[in-house]
Amino acid sequence: MSLPDGWEMVIGLEVHTELQTKTKLFCGCANAFGADANSQVCPVCLGLPGSLPVLNEQAVELAMAIGFALHCSVAPSTFHRKNYFYPDMPKDYQISQYDLPINSNGYLDLPDGSRVTIERAHLEEDTGKSTHLGGSGRIHGADRSLVDYNRSGVPLVEIVSGPDMRSAAQARAYAAELRGILIATGASDGRLEEGSMRFDANVSVRRPGAPLGTRCEIKNLNSLRSLQRAIDYEAARHVAILEDGGKIRQETRHWSEDLGETSTMRTKEEADDYRYFLEPDLVELSPSIEWQDRVRAALPPMPAERRATLLTIVSEPTSAQRDAVGVIVDLQLDRFVLDAVAQGADAALAIARTSNEIAAGIDSLANLSLDSFVTTLQLEASGSLSATQAKTVLAEVLATGGDPVAIAAARGFEQLASDTLSDLVASLVEAHPDEWHRFREGDEKLAQFFIGQVMKATKGQANGKAVIAELNARR
Amino acid sequence: MTSAHDIAARVAAGSSATTEVETSLAAISQRNAELNVFLYVDEEGARAAAHQVDERIARGEKLPLAGVPVALKDNLCTEGIPTTCSSKILEGWRPPYTATVVERLLAAGAIPMGKTNLDEFAMGSSTENSAFGPTLNPLDPRRVPGGSSGGSAAAIAAGMTPISLGSDTGGSIRQPAALCGVVGIKPTYGLVSRYGVIAFASSLDQVGPFAANVADAALTLEVIAGHDRMDSTSLPETSPSLVAHLKDGVAGRRVGYVKELVDGSDPDVAAAVAAAVEVLRAQGATIVEMSIPELQLGLSAYYLIAPAEASSNLARYDGVRFGLRVDGDDVAGMNEATRTAGFGAEVKRRIMLGTYALSAGYFDAYYGQALKVRTLTINAFQKAYADVDFLIGATTPSVAFPFGSKTKDPMAMYLNDVFTIPSNLAGDPAVSVPFGRGEANLPIGVQLLGPGRSEAGLLAAAQVLEDAERAR
Amino acid sequence: MSSRLTREDVAKVAALARLRLSDEELDLFTEQLSKILGHADDMAALDLTGVAATAHPFGLINIVRPDVVTPSLNRDAFLSQAPDVQDFRFAVPRIVGEAP
Ligand SMILES: [Mg+2]
Ligand SMILES: [Zn+2]
Repeated sequence: MSLPDGWEMVIGLEVHTELQTKTKLFCGCANAFGADANSQVCPVCLGLPGSLPVLNEQAVELAMAIGFALHCSVAPSTFHRKNYFYPDMPKDYQISQYDLPINSNGYLDLPDGSRVTIERAHLEEDTGKSTHLGGSGRIHGADRSLVDYNRSGVPLVEIVSGPDMRSAAQARAYAAELRGILIATGASDGRLEEGSMRFDANVSVRRPGAPLGTRCEIKNLNSLRSLQRAIDYEAARHVAILEDGGKIRQETRHWSEDLGETSTMRTKEEADDYRYFLEPDLVELSPSIEWQDRVRAALPPMPAERRATLLTIVSEPTSAQRDAVGVIVDLQLDRFVLDAVAQGADAALAIARTSNEIAAGIDSLANLSLDSFVTTLQLEASGSLSATQAKTVLAEVLATGGDPVAIAAARGFEQLASDTLSDLVASLVEAHPDEWHRFREGDEKLAQFFIGQVMKATKGQANGKAVIAELNARR
Repeated sequence: MTSAHDIAARVAAGSSATTEVETSLAAISQRNAELNVFLYVDEEGARAAAHQVDERIARGEKLPLAGVPVALKDNLCTEGIPTTCSSKILEGWRPPYTATVVERLLAAGAIPMGKTNLDEFAMGSSTENSAFGPTLNPLDPRRVPGGSSGGSAAAIAAGMTPISLGSDTGGSIRQPAALCGVVGIKPTYGLVSRYGVIAFASSLDQVGPFAANVADAALTLEVIAGHDRMDSTSLPETSPSLVAHLKDGVAGRRVGYVKELVDGSDPDVAAAVAAAVEVLRAQGATIVEMSIPELQLGLSAYYLIAPAEASSNLARYDGVRFGLRVDGDDVAGMNEATRTAGFGAEVKRRIMLGTYALSAGYFDAYYGQALKVRTLTINAFQKAYADVDFLIGATTPSVAFPFGSKTKDPMAMYLNDVFTIPSNLAGDPAVSVPFGRGEANLPIGVQLLGPGRSEAGLLAAAQVLEDAERAR
Repeated sequence: MSSRLTREDVAKVAALARLRLSDEELDLFTEQLSKILGHADDMAALDLTGVAATAHPFGLINIVRPDVVTPSLNRDAFLSQAPDVQDFRFAVPRIVGEAP
């Protein structure tokens, strides 16, 4: 979706990501999703009187890893208290980083070549979780709420972008690329459906070149789809108001996925006074150069680099192959493809089959050994299996974990006998003298015509390369 | 009353710890109804602990505080034992965990007898702010014992236990020690763990001991001090050696006799400090008269920093997870009703003062400025310590004052802390030791202040004063 | 900076701190807080440009703990101390307004 002519969207995102540590940010309680209510809490994460926070070393390392992956600089940082009353916040203040975040001034390059600046990526603690009773089970209209503090104190990194994005699609691409980076660093599992990543979007519109318009913040978007829809909705709402001669009121808004619209959560006037001050129970965090270097050295390659590596195995990548490579890296299958090619699989085939057939059966990937994959690709490349047969075999191996050769045999995917193919080609050449002539004169496009005819006659059982070999032999 | 040293020695030699517990329980039952020292006496727990100590001694364990009864200020969390902070908001709360300092006392063979009264959330200098009634000064029940650790100081003065723990945020150990005629130590910030100590002002709070004599206070501090992984502000080193240095004396030490730590005190108090100075001089110390004007700014800085931190530390008393709840229409109304009913006037006053000092538009002028004054205080102390080993002054401007004499005007009460606050701002240790008598023959406390980690030297000097006091 | 607090200031602060004050309390606290802040005016008037703020007495840095799970509390130990519990959760009256 795009705005009416003469309008431009300006979008900045704040992304909260839970860190995949074993324990919480300030206590030794397990950081795990889905445990029994209030079974992973202690005096610290319950905010009991007398309890004190102690910082988790691994959370610091993951935060630095995120920072380095986003080209940020790591600097001496401090923790502040953000004071507000809310039942899912056990101390009634959140420990967060304020004026001195651990990471600042980085950037993220998107696959389309655009660059989004990263203002900061700081550490903070998550809240507990409330369920609402009565009403419709939502916060509004409920008469009672129940609080579980298992999530309280789970480490978060909040990544704040510059207001650099100009379309909801670009914002979505940024969120997707960021997700890939967070997974690559090991910082996050990227499970949006479990709330591992949450997005807040700052949206405004303006005439191109004009100063920034008044922005609204849409809170707590938890899927890429809602992110994109909410931004499109919000920008259109702004344009409609402005074109009507109205003014945008700066406020925090809530996105309803069901209604497909945003609504006012809090106006600027209602904004709290958080009384930030330095957390006296924690000390300065000032990672030494050696510590930083150790974290940086342990960083695996990021998605952009991995896509580039994957593309080096095909000589002149098509745009379909570029897309395929994106899918493969997203699914963490790049190593698999590279290994298959190293064992003799055809690169283009490996990319195509991985980004389609394997991607479709990703849940049962455990059934497909590298050897089986390579064998299947080799059968296809040699003409022993047609493309259709190879896809069928792959799907079955993924589903059952069986041996591809045995599956092909059981399915009767016999190699189309070369004399059969030879006879078939001979009859087709006779039936289509004009095409044959043009092919002989050097019009290579006509090969596709004959392959198509062979496929039709064999119901897709033949191998394209074998057909071309047969045609060339007759030239 | 028998000293902690003597009790530990005879229990180690095979005398039953139960005898010590029964002696303490008898002393408590004799005067607690009158004085309101203990809010909770754990008779059963103490007797059970005594049996365990006897067994551990029989097994050959070396316990530095074997069988020594100890009183705990009721802001120290004790698992399963009511911990109230003398506030209605925590009435009946039984924590699911125990403070590190209490764990260390138990490990050393000490026997917690119960929880002592304090000004609500340690905010006060007279124990009159307790929601459960004031503690009376055992030396003169018409007068305050000081505060906020009034109960723990009174427990020693009344002979109920030989040692006790208090906490000191702006003088809350030293001031009641002075008014009750006992020894009190405010250790170096970070020397003693704050884990399980219910926070008043986190950057100022330190737990420390009371005892009837310097040696027992030193021994108790040795037991509770030392690094704790549960407290990020805990200093990295192990507990210092203190008792071994008690006889080091003061010969060759340079002592700053600080004008601002005496000015404004009653003449009898000033005279006692002067006499203490002469004792130190006679024992070979060099006395340097000095003025540190920055110390007078400390009071104002303290009364912004401490309430600011407190306003945040006390937010968690919201009626959701523990303690009092008073119903309301919605959760915010419930929070408000609970806090309004649960907190006393002084606590509300400080919460509001601190909230104001941190709020948008006032932060820089008040809280921000106070943090800079804190720097001035630290720098001024550092400059002084470049010249002298430690400082001497009064602990309080007067001896114990009558009930009600300072409750009308909060500022009059706050002024009682003017000599003790600077050490908290700097994070430095200070000791109050009884020396001389004033009005109505009540005890006077002399204060010794030193740079961070100078406890051994301060206690050696305190020992010199205690020896001189006994010889008089 | 004038230290004179108004009744409105005190009411605003009380609301931020979730405290409810009667009219008499509002008057009393306004007077008392003004007096206490008046004492701080000497300090507030000092020119301390260039003086660093000290929030911590000692400059410890990088105090961290290893990422190793330690036992959580037994639920009974703390739920038994809670004012209202349902389904092992802390129950509260309805929540008006979402978290910031
Ligand atoms: Mg945040
Ligand atoms: Zn925990």
